[in-house]
Amino acid sequence: MLATLIKLSTDLMGWVDKRLPVTDTWNKHVGQYPAPKNFNFWYFFGGLAMLVLVNQIVTGIWLTMNYEPSGEGAFASIEYIMRDVDYGWLLRYMHSTGASAFFVVVYMHMMRGLLYGSYQKPRELLWIFGMLIFLVLMAEAFMGYLLPWGNMSFWGAQVIISLFGAIPIIGDDLTLWIRGDYVISGATLNRFFALHVIAMPLVLVVLVFLHILALHEVGSNNPDGVNIKKPKGSVAPEEISKFKFHKQYSDKYDIVDAIPFHPYYSVKDIMGVVFFLFFFCWVMFFAPEGGGYFIEAPNFEPANGLKTPEHIAPVWYFGPFYTILRVVPDKLLGAVAMFGAIVMLFLLPWFDRGTVKSVRYRSKWHLVNLMQFAVCFIVLGALGTMPATPIANYIGIVASFGYFGFFVALWFYSKNENTKPVPERVTH
Amino acid sequence: MKKFILAISVSLAVLISAPLFAAGPSVPVDKANNDLSDKESLKRGFQTYLNYCLGCHQLQYQRYNRTFTDLGIAESEGVEKYMYTGEKPGDHITNTMPKKDAARWFGNAPPDLTLMARLKSPDYIYTYLRTFYIDESRPFGVNNTTYKDVAMPHVLQDLQGIQLKVIDKEAVAADHENGILAQAEVSHLTPAMGGSLTVEEYDDVIRDLTNFIEYVGEPNKLERKALGKWVLAFLFILFILAYLLKKEYWKDIH
Repeated sequence: MLATLIKLSTDLMGWVDKRLPVTDTWNKHVGQYPAPKNFNFWYFFGGLAMLVLVNQIVTGIWLTMNYEPSGEGAFASIEYIMRDVDYGWLLRYMHSTGASAFFVVVYMHMMRGLLYGSYQKPRELLWIFGMLIFLVLMAEAFMGYLLPWGNMSFWGAQVIISLFGAIPIIGDDLTLWIRGDYVISGATLNRFFALHVIAMPLVLVVLVFLHILALHEVGSNNPDGVNIKKPKGSVAPEEISKFKFHKQYSDKYDIVDAIPFHPYYSVKDIMGVVFFLFFFCWVMFFAPEGGGYFIEAPNFEPANGLKTPEHIAPVWYFGPFYTILRVVPDKLLGAVAMFGAIVMLFLLPWFDRGTVKSVRYRSKWHLVNLMQFAVCFIVLGALGTMPATPIANYIGIVASFGYFGFFVALWFYSKNENTKPVPERVTH
Repeated sequence: MKKFILAISVSLAVLISAPLFAAGPSVPVDKANNDLSDKESLKRGFQTYLNYCLGCHQLQYQRYNRTFTDLGIAESEGVEKYMYTGEKPGDHITNTMPKKDAARWFGNAPPDLTLMARLKSPDYIYTYLRTFYIDESRPFGVNNTTYKDVAMPHVLQDLQGIQLKVIDKEAVAADHENGILAQAEVSHLTPAMGGSLTVEEYDDVIRDLTNFIEYVGEPNKLERKALGKWVLAFLFILFILAYLLKKEYWKDIH
């Protein structure tokens, strides 16, 4: 009986494989994908980002079933979800907590890239895809934030959309085109809804697909920044990894210090996922407002164009960029600086002229530079949620210089950096 | 690397302490110390709300029968004791005050209070309802130290009685002498006089009312926390299993 069943399933898989390379694709990207064996804590966040993306999509689908995208009905429909829909409150909190969690894990994931030089040659395109994901994610989050139609939704969108008005000549027409009205209205809400639930997620999923495809083409970096794929014939046979890897990798290279992604990293990632979910659920069940940072208090009253909240603050994850915008006295230049901050990240692979990847083997200067960048980023983020005071403004200027200075300094010292010797093989 | 994590932690500490700096000009509030699991308190609060608040302030997102269920009131009893104007048990808790007229009468239309406890805080509501004082310059003859120049009359005045605001001249003078330019006038309210309740009784009424308003803001709050404990317990056990599974798989990787 069992033998028959096994044969039947093997035959079925064979039938499918002749028509679609399912087994081959699984092996190439999961079952026989060579991953360096020395991944550390920082390597959990890519997988976690994917988990949160799935969470957002699935809870999002269920939320749309009861959400009403209109100026008259949106706010009430959220409360309908919170009160009358079975476990609607849970779906809503999963989605709202997920939005913040998405940025937490993405920022950690990006930091990992900075620490271990994962953006350097030959991973420039991989980094670019990642940055595009980040950009689309910000657009997705921004549009999603309008949908509850709370007062902070309204005024936050008001501030951000008005930025486009700073563009000379076309600015006013552009803001009109984005809003679809002279003020933010139901028309704006409708189009943001369409973009938030269809357009952006679609682009996001495609970009994530390309991100992973590009990753598997060049191979995963690791905390030592040492390549685990050596030229064919350069490694003694007993040193070559004993695991079976897909021939696309093993035909071209001698692979060392690698393990198949599945089952080794799949079981490790399950552990990471549960660890992450513990904190996620802690926030979701016991502090879903996130201390007023994940769901801002003014969003508990409906959008009101005549009533400005005491202090309009963007959601925390836009904080760093919002502060850079705010410390520049001129609106147009501020917007340029803000977009410039993101452009700098895009260009990071070319700012870094070094060949040593990991911070472990780079100069003390690089470590200091990275540290000051991380600190400035966090300080900018904190300032973004606070009211603008002269002192905050002053600190913001310093931190903005730290942010941009990171890239400039990197360009200068990375050419002739005093690096440490990089080992032949990863340390584990 | 260790230094790095330290730097990040320090920055995070700054970030977490941000609210301390972010707190703008806000009025000190008293602790409500209300208890969402106290159903008798919620029932009393519900009754007070219906008697004194609903005439002007709707709870347009909350249904009568949901409230009955959560507060442990049988529907037949609820219809008899808590519903006055012939609605159905499934209806939202609303009134018939026309918004436009209300705005003309009060300057602002009285806001819906379903989410007020989440917009402000239970402590804020508890404090606000206890800090009305006589101010003849205001349209309704009262003002409020928690919400300056509020448009609302003191609806509960027959319960609380009246309070007067006394500017604390000595404290102001002391500040001036010490060269401190006082940001706000230093004042306090006299104990309430002439109400049908004592100060303690009135505070209890307001605590119950606050409790009810917090409940209405998020009817699932207790369920959420109760479920959360189970979820975290489950994840804790699952983590141990996941860790052991990982260890088992990885024992040969050197």
